[in-house]
Amino acid sequence: MSEERQIQLEVLRYNPETDSQPRFQTYTVPCVNEWVVLDALNYVKENLDPTLSYRWSCHMAVCGSCGYMINGEPKLGCKAFIHEYGDHIRVEPLAHFPIERDLVTVVEDFIAKLASVKPYLIPKEDKPISAGEFKQTPAELMKFKQYTLCINCMLCYAACPQYGLVPEFLGPAAISMAHRYNQDSRDGGRDQRQEVVASDEGVWECSFVGACSEVCPKHVDPAGALQQVKVASTIDWYKEHLMPWVKK
Amino acid sequence: MSRKPYIREISKTRWFLRQPRYMRYMAREVTCIFIFAYTFLLIVALARLSQGPDAFQEFLNALRSPLGVLFNLAVLIAAVYHSMSWFNVTPQAMPIQQGEEFVPGSIIVGAHYGAWAVISLIILFLGV
Repeated sequence: MSEERQIQLEVLRYNPETDSQPRFQTYTVPCVNEWVVLDALNYVKENLDPTLSYRWSCHMAVCGSCGYMINGEPKLGCKAFIHEYGDHIRVEPLAHFPIERDLVTVVEDFIAKLASVKPYLIPKEDKPISAGEFKQTPAELMKFKQYTLCINCMLCYAACPQYGLVPEFLGPAAISMAHRYNQDSRDGGRDQRQEVVASDEGVWECSFVGACSEVCPKHVDPAGALQQVKVASTIDWYKEHLMPWVKK
Repeated sequence: MSRKPYIREISKTRWFLRQPRYMRYMAREVTCIFIFAYTFLLIVALARLSQGPDAFQEFLNALRSPLGVLFNLAVLIAAVYHSMSWFNVTPQAMPIQQGEEFVPGSIIVGAHYGAWAVISLIILFLGV
């Protein structure tokens, strides 16, 4: 049978209309051990305090909406099981993002950065529909498959101290997504993406802390992608300066 | 409704105390100071050598002093930590794909440790 226990859920609250700065509010929540932190937040919203604001949608680690700092660690609320925590759980908005209200953060910066790397297929050459599909072998798919699992939850940005210190940094997920399309055998858009990715505020702002990969709920390994982008960009530089006659 | 997002400031000097993983990262980065210090020591060795056998002997004696041994030990520990922390992340930076599979990370890391051991043995052999 499911075991029920009471937990103290400490939530960071911020109302832009009345508050000058955020404050913590604690709720006593009767939890079932199989619950996740998102269930506890939903309990608060439905039974204790309808004013609590937070994002969520799918409840199954697919939509990437419910990222919060849970006891100081970036986590998906739907993947953080109550039984993994003690009787006191602290929930805060994702670090390094401005707070819109309560647990809701301002994400425009990430969305703009993601769009700037052109995260879509740019075919090498146009071909008419009658010419058929762009084919790919399983080995070619394996080259980038893990990066397709990114759900844009932004936990990696909340974990990355570099993004916190230098907000201009393009960041782990956006560069991983650029790498995902660069590695795709059907794609020819790398040169266009490199203008953003290989800039000072692109991959070179990364100092390989590795925190992004440790917190990624989908095991995308953004840190790995960024190091591979650095290697490829370095090879580009040497080719351009030492062997200008070699075409990329 | 007008928006008024709240921005939480991050300490520029104490940010790495927030998380053990940030401390581990800083530990790895700090080891480069020891590597720099040892590089400087090698340059001093060259300078002393150019001043003649007496000067160089004096330098060697200084290395054998307790302070010299302690310094070398500290650099050795830092260099080993530095190398290991980088060896352990090589599978992320240099994945090797064979067909539809990736070579296990343990083999890539192991190859680095193996190469390290072989090179160390060669240097030991040349030095003795």
